[in-house]
Amino acid sequence: MKAFFSFIRKEFRHIFRDKRTILIVLVMPVVQIVLFGFAVSTEVHDARVDVVGDAADPAVRRIVEQIDRNPYLHVAAVYPSVGDVAGRMRKGDTDVAVCFERGYDGRLQHDGGASVRVLGDGSDPNTAQMIVNYVNGVLQDTEAAAFPRVQYMYNPSVLSSYNFVPGVMGLILMLVCSMMTAISIVREKENGTMELLLVSPVRPVGVIISKAIPYLALSLVNLATILLLSRFVLGVPLRGSLLLLLFVSALFILASLGLGLLISVISSTQKTALLISGMGLTMPTMIFSGIIFPCESMPVVLQYFSDIIPAKWYIIMVKKVMIEGVGFAYIYPELLMLLMMTVFLLVVSVRLFKRRL
Amino acid sequence: MNEAKDVIVVHELTKKFGNFTAVDHISFQVRQGEIFGFLGANGAGKTTAMKILCGLSLPTSGGGTVNGFDLCREQEKIKRNIGYMSQKFSLYADLKVWENIRLFGGIYGLSSKAIREKSEAMLRYLDMTDLRNELVGDLPLGWKQKLAFSIALIHEPAIVFLDEPTGGVDPETRRLFWELIYETAERGTTIFVTTHYMDEAEYCDRVSIMVDGVIADLDTPAALKERHQAADMDAVFRKLAYQAKRE
Repeated sequence: MKAFFSFIRKEFRHIFRDKRTILIVLVMPVVQIVLFGFAVSTEVHDARVDVVGDAADPAVRRIVEQIDRNPYLHVAAVYPSVGDVAGRMRKGDTDVAVCFERGYDGRLQHDGGASVRVLGDGSDPNTAQMIVNYVNGVLQDTEAAAFPRVQYMYNPSVLSSYNFVPGVMGLILMLVCSMMTAISIVREKENGTMELLLVSPVRPVGVIISKAIPYLALSLVNLATILLLSRFVLGVPLRGSLLLLLFVSALFILASLGLGLLISVISSTQKTALLISGMGLTMPTMIFSGIIFPCESMPVVLQYFSDIIPAKWYIIMVKKVMIEGVGFAYIYPELLMLLMMTVFLLVVSVRLFKRRL
Repeated sequence: MNEAKDVIVVHELTKKFGNFTAVDHISFQVRQGEIFGFLGANGAGKTTAMKILCGLSLPTSGGGTVNGFDLCREQEKIKRNIGYMSQKFSLYADLKVWENIRLFGGIYGLSSKAIREKSEAMLRYLDMTDLRNELVGDLPLGWKQKLAFSIALIHEPAIVFLDEPTGGVDPETRRLFWELIYETAERGTTIFVTTHYMDEAEYCDRVSIMVDGVIADLDTPAALKERHQAADMDAVFRKLAYQAKRE
């Protein structure tokens, strides 16, 4: 037990003495959350809307006011014909055009419906879709019958932070636990200090556990940082049980530690370990965990591949617990999946680790 | 103290990796307090043999005891009773001198009080009291090696294994290091040392020379020189090592 504590103290010293490590471990989550929250936001602020139609038409005026009142949109000008707008869009002076048919108010009164066209700038499809959605939202509010009413459950204002906070949690925990654990073990191999530990009475499992505990602690600090930032800076709610979220996170951290151990077994230099965890873990996690690209839109083969990424299951569960606020009964399939992966990773990596020594 | 007591007894020790026999039925004894030189060209099997003696790997056949503990069944006990220092300088460079001492004291289960006393005595003995708060990485190589050696002795092991301990240091530092080894051996600790420097082989009480997995010869340096009609250990080593058939 005494040996164990000396060992853990040593690991903490390694971490706190190396400025780069501490920077990566403690500052990165903050930077990522802030970056994703403010810079890499997929929302569009202040889109410029051109309106085509009769500026004297009362219904059109009402809608134009509505659009202008929306925090994400502002009306640049009202034009009498579509031709004027086409030129402005080509020059990039406007992002979207709303075209009302002639005699809009009259048709609305007498026929019970009138037609509106929304023109988006398809050269930038993501942004265009976003803006057109905003405009549609405003139009829906003004014209009762013409559009179906769409409401986004759990996230009424469709904030992208609701998606990426769980994503960043998955990414950071994976990165800190796997990469840092792998590197710290490989460093001992490289420096020859591993030999010293092996000829000492400390058991290999003891070495693994005492390596893991400091990173486990740091991960929990990271988790707390991310949750606090997302709650109080980005306004992402934590609707479900915090305890359940912690439990799920602890499981994921264990899975990541297993991965890190696996990497430490197959790599003999710190550079290799860094490359493997960077290319082999971070990239697939970014691409296949559903943070950026929805898994549902991938080819079937890649969908199956995404199933073996632990982060995917973790992120799904975090979304369910944090955003939807559901309880254990709704996440157990994912939980079971992650549990199996964790057990598998830990058993395999500990076995290999012992055999390689 | 019984001078004749054997602390390492090895009988027909063999280690095979597939078809390759790295260590081929070697037998020898090492007495308590002896400085035992374990020589051999690269690939002769001395690292493999040493790993078995340190309790890191199991022999394929044969066996023996280290400080009375069985090589096959009591590896954990062996580990508690030996010290080890390798050719790669191996302390934690990013930890301070006293932190390294304390870590290894802790790993070997010493009490905090014992660790404190030990580190005081050790630093005084090495004349490093002023350096206790230095990072080990900042020390000159000679100091590091002396410190590593002392730390390998912190739990007062019966035997200390030195795997090419003086690699890469200048002759003067090597000489000082050997003084340290002598003083340790005089206190009754057995020294089991591998080296590539033949002048160091002269300092050993007895020397074994491994060739192709077997012990080609084992005796005091003087007897070896006489038997092989060689002027120094270097010549003895070359005569024996040239018999090697495998690469």
